Amino acid sequence: MTRLKIERATAPLWVRPLIPVIAAVITFTLTATLVILAKANPLEAYYHFLIAPLSSRVSAIEVLVKSTPLLLVGAAVTFAFSAGYWNIGAEGQLYAGAVAAAWLGTILGNLPALIAVPVMLLGGFVAGMLWALTPALLKIKLAVDEVVTTLLLNTVILFVVSYLLNGPWRDPVSGWPQSPEIASSAMLPRLLPQARLHLGFVIGLLVIVALWFILSRTSLGLKMRATGLGMEAARFAGVNVNRTILTAALISGGIAGMAGVSEVAGIHFHLIDAISPGYGYTGIIIAMLGGLNPFGVGLAALFIGLLSTGGQTVSRALGVPAYLGDVVQAALLLVTLGAFILQNYRLRWVANEPRSSSPLHAASGNELKPD
Amino acid sequence: MEVLLIGLLAATLRVATPLILGTLGELFAERAGILNLGIEGTMFCGAFVGFVVGGATGNLWFGVLAAIVSGIFAGLLMGLMSVRLGVSQHVSGLGITLLLTGLSLFGFRLIYGEPRIPPSIQPFTKLSILGQVPILGEILGQYALTYIALALVPVCWWVLYRTNFGLQIRAVGENPEAADAAGVNVFLTRYLALAIAGGLMAAGGAFLSLAQLGAFTYGIIAGRGWVCIALIIFANWQPVRVLWGALLFGGVFALQLRLQTLGLKLPYEAFLALPYLVTIAALAVAGRNATYPAALLKAYKRE
Repeated sequence: MTRLKIERATAPLWVRPLIPVIAAVITFTLTATLVILAKANPLEAYYHFLIAPLSSRVSAIEVLVKSTPLLLVGAAVTFAFSAGYWNIGAEGQLYAGAVAAAWLGTILGNLPALIAVPVMLLGGFVAGMLWALTPALLKIKLAVDEVVTTLLLNTVILFVVSYLLNGPWRDPVSGWPQSPEIASSAMLPRLLPQARLHLGFVIGLLVIVALWFILSRTSLGLKMRATGLGMEAARFAGVNVNRTILTAALISGGIAGMAGVSEVAGIHFHLIDAISPGYGYTGIIIAMLGGLNPFGVGLAALFIGLLSTGGQTVSRALGVPAYLGDVVQAALLLVTLGAFILQNYRLRWVANEPRSSSPLHAASGNELKPD
Repeated sequence: MEVLLIGLLAATLRVATPLILGTLGELFAERAGILNLGIEGTMFCGAFVGFVVGGATGNLWFGVLAAIVSGIFAGLLMGLMSVRLGVSQHVSGLGITLLLTGLSLFGFRLIYGEPRIPPSIQPFTKLSILGQVPILGEILGQYALTYIALALVPVCWWVLYRTNFGLQIRAVGENPEAADAAGVNVFLTRYLALAIAGGLMAAGGAFLSLAQLGAFTYGIIAGRGWVCIALIIFANWQPVRVLWGALLFGGVFALQLRLQTLGLKLPYEAFLALPYLVTIAALAVAGRNATYPAALLKAYKRE
């Protein structure tokens, strides 16, 4: 006779990709309560949430449009987290990139797109890096916790943007708090006719591939992962931990900055204060859902893109508030975080030996405890 | 000038109230070793729940109470993630902020639809007896919740430094292994600290919707939770310094409001950003000397 035993050991490899799936099922079961509260049928709601967006060309492309900044911020957060640098500032770095794009976009008008677009992307990357620089330097020079500093700078840049849009950059034509439109040569080219999908999506995919390459095929990636696993051990093994953290933090900020360029130069063509509905924070959800694995992160970005689009669809079809999408994303993050605990356990069939004769049981089992 | 100054001091106390409540809450969480980034969402949720229950029952104090209960649940959820499951405090805290923000907005839409003008209620009135004191009346005539917040500063100090429970909180935040060896239930203590923390944060949010505004808007918290995260470092994890810090931040904010209403063409955003920049500078100066609770961010696992 055998019985199932839970032991504390690394779960078999095939369990890892299953964990987000299990988490998604649990999340959708929990959030069904909200759908019922909104007087809708959960199954019908989830059809509109998850399947309807993919059933027409227009909305399927819209999913990819929504995924574009998410691929970039997801990659940005993953890059920093892999090195154990808790960059909560992707939101602010995204805005820094957006500010750079709005500025460059208006002064690059005379250049052909072949030059203007790369300059925009580079400018956004540099702006994101610069916004990420102070917390990273404080971390490595003065051991100041990066979580608080990156988080605070997210709010600071919102004030910078508010100042620019209400002051020097206010659109003289419309008078709205938005920057003047960027030059058409600085706009990211569209990929398909009659759809908003733009070059940013391809860049997002390329960044995901680059992330995979750097993390798993270069010495920088090895140093980053070693640092992420334990700074002391990495230092002992000869890794220049400070330099590795600085590199990871700056590249992370740069990628987030490109997400800002992508939104300004691909979608809005102006800087507006609501350029990001919290993409930087969503990036953290994506990085965790993807288990910090580049391809997992790519899939998670597409999935969250689907959830964002689906929130709108379910709102239009059934009158369930579109915020359902936000709730599902956040709940999914928490459930996934909890579910990853599963990978520390393993189920094993063990022979059910007679109790009295087994010394193993006496050593490890709970049977002998007084309670 | 005198009128201006009195108005400024009165506004300072009002602006500082939610910051005092929120930061005292974060103080309990962090002294127990948990950085609770769920604060922004917990305050938002408190503002929402307080508004709904206060409006529905017609008794604003029921609103405050309901907000506190919602905050306690938020704290326990943070406990489930960071104490029971022991997962990353940053990520779970942010997740809780996102969840509570989403849930509150979902509930708001469900109850009120998409009104063009935000729904409002008759908010708390200021204490009229103290308002009649000559000259100082405007400063003293504050909301009852402001006085409660001020009174909670010494209460929190007393709980943390003069009671057994407070000692246990500080012990599990400094050295959970030793506390456990001494017979303190680390998990229970952290859960309780987080529950208290959540209740205080939510009360801070409820002050905004039930006293200051009499309404619930999407931008009601507007980063005040993050200000509290900054204040706690600024205050070096000391309850009394929390009060001074909150008054200082409140003063800068109130000054900025005054200057705006006076029509001065100053970039008011610079004033708004100032507290954040000062905190970052303070962190850089304090650097290694900042006396973080030693076990902050560390999940405790009993082997």
